Amino acid sequence: MEAHSSEVFVIGLTVFFLACIIGYYVVWSVTPALHSPLMGVTNAISSVIIVGAILAAGPLGHDTSKIFGIIGVVLASINIFGGFIVTYRMLSMFKKKPKKEQKD
Amino acid sequence: MSANMVAVLYLISALMFIFALRGLSHPESSRLGNIFGIVGMVIAIITTLMFKSVLSYVEIGAAIIVGGAIGTFIALRIEMTALPQLVAAFHSLVGIAAVFVAAAAFYDPASFGIGTIGAIGTSSLIEMSIGTFIGAITFSGSVLAFGKLQGTVSGKPIVFKFQHAINALILLFIAFLIIIFCINQSPSIFWTIVAVSILLGFLVVIPIGGADMPVVVSMLNSYSGWAACGIGFTLSNNLLIITGALVGASGAILSYIMSKGMNRSIISVVLGGFGGEQAASASGDNSDKIVKQGNAEDAAYIMKNADSVIIVPGYGMAVAQAQHALREMGDILKKEGINVRYAIHPVAGRMPGHMNVLLAEANVPYEEVLELDEINHDFPMTEVSFVIGANDVTNPAAKTDESSPIYGMPILDVERSQTVLFVKRSMATGYSGVDNELFYRDNTTMLFGDAKKMCEDIVKSLA
Repeated sequence: MEAHSSEVFVIGLTVFFLACIIGYYVVWSVTPALHSPLMGVTNAISSVIIVGAILAAGPLGHDTSKIFGIIGVVLASINIFGGFIVTYRMLSMFKKKPKKEQKD
Repeated sequence: MSANMVAVLYLISALMFIFALRGLSHPESSRLGNIFGIVGMVIAIITTLMFKSVLSYVEIGAAIIVGGAIGTFIALRIEMTALPQLVAAFHSLVGIAAVFVAAAAFYDPASFGIGTIGAIGTSSLIEMSIGTFIGAITFSGSVLAFGKLQGTVSGKPIVFKFQHAINALILLFIAFLIIIFCINQSPSIFWTIVAVSILLGFLVVIPIGGADMPVVVSMLNSYSGWAACGIGFTLSNNLLIITGALVGASGAILSYIMSKGMNRSIISVVLGGFGGEQAASASGDNSDKIVKQGNAEDAAYIMKNADSVIIVPGYGMAVAQAQHALREMGDILKKEGINVRYAIHPVAGRMPGHMNVLLAEANVPYEEVLELDEINHDFPMTEVSFVIGANDVTNPAAKTDESSPIYGMPILDVERSQTVLFVKRSMATGYSGVDNELFYRDNTTMLFGDAKKMCEDIVKSLA
């Protein structure tokens, strides 16, 4: 990875603002009925910080940073699995009206 | 793997996350959206595992299995009524994970390419401390929100003198600490920032309670995103920045929608204190007014003879776990040829969309569940409004009484329907502490009792 320069920061800032704008439009298009699943899924994807935790946990040996990394991986994994599964559970409950002829 | 390859794979992962959110625009596409999210996450994790510096697969694999097992276990067991607590708990994990990642980067900057110990670039230090700060606030704020929602901590707002001044001072102190940290890069300063931020997180959530909880939950959702963003800047990782921004924007929009649903500014919610104090203006003394009481048989009779019924569920329905019995009641009415629909106020429940999930859980088709602005104009043509566990969101004082704390809040116009049936445990006020004049109207019948029991009794009477 290249050195951390102001250029890198400006690129990050560009990405940040564009992503905020995408987020703004995408989230407004979410139907209010699905706001709870939205929280579930955003919760799961925000745990993408597992990427940072894996990098910290990556090297061999047992220094402080590695231990922090491992803890980070555990915590983020709880969220990733928990978030996606609970969202799945919620979404699988949203059903269409059964057709008249299918009625019991 | 080359740096470009990594960047491309991370980009694909970020796009998957955007599709995951986009899928939620409709229940039909939402399940596919969730799968996109999972695929995005798998790509992100595998890509990172391919890094040259990542060697300890066994430990990482074990950590993922342990965390995954815990997460799976909790997510499969949780009751849908307890969703708000669960989400708050999950937010706290994102927050604390962000703190750990920032700490790891601080103790081993070389692994992240941001310098060496004691010689980390200033911009990295600032980003790191901001990520830590937001992460720690998210953590403690969410822990307290969890406690309030779970009932382990009093849900009432706790207000004390100079609260906001103290918070402002702490914020300034953190800014000061960050400056010192950038100069001396000392671990003890780093951990002081963590500790003080944790304290601030508690203090920020302490004055908020009751009906404001949906806003708090959404706000913490937003914070968890910004924390991920902060870490993304520290690690110069675009995937983290994009995802963090998406989540941050999502939480912010939800907070906005929730505040608007209560006609309050986000600022006033954040400053807190609402819902605890007894409302002084509660439109006089109502103790001498007459309340018409009814029982399940009366309710069954009234609804059976109606053409249309709108059911208005609120948090009380969730507390009583009445959604299944309620759906059963709705089904019987539908079989009688009655038009049954459900009206959801934006702030019903303790998190955005909570009622929709509970009704979906009880197998209510989502087409029958309508939002405030979709159904509000139908109340005048409706014979019966069946209000179950909701109160403030139906209070006409929001439209008429300028001195009411809930004045200006959009409400469901149940008072315009011919008959209003109110299922309530007692005459107690809602979270706003405001009395509801609807209780005393001629066309209102109060059905006192547990919401679930009442629905079951109505079902029996209908049969």
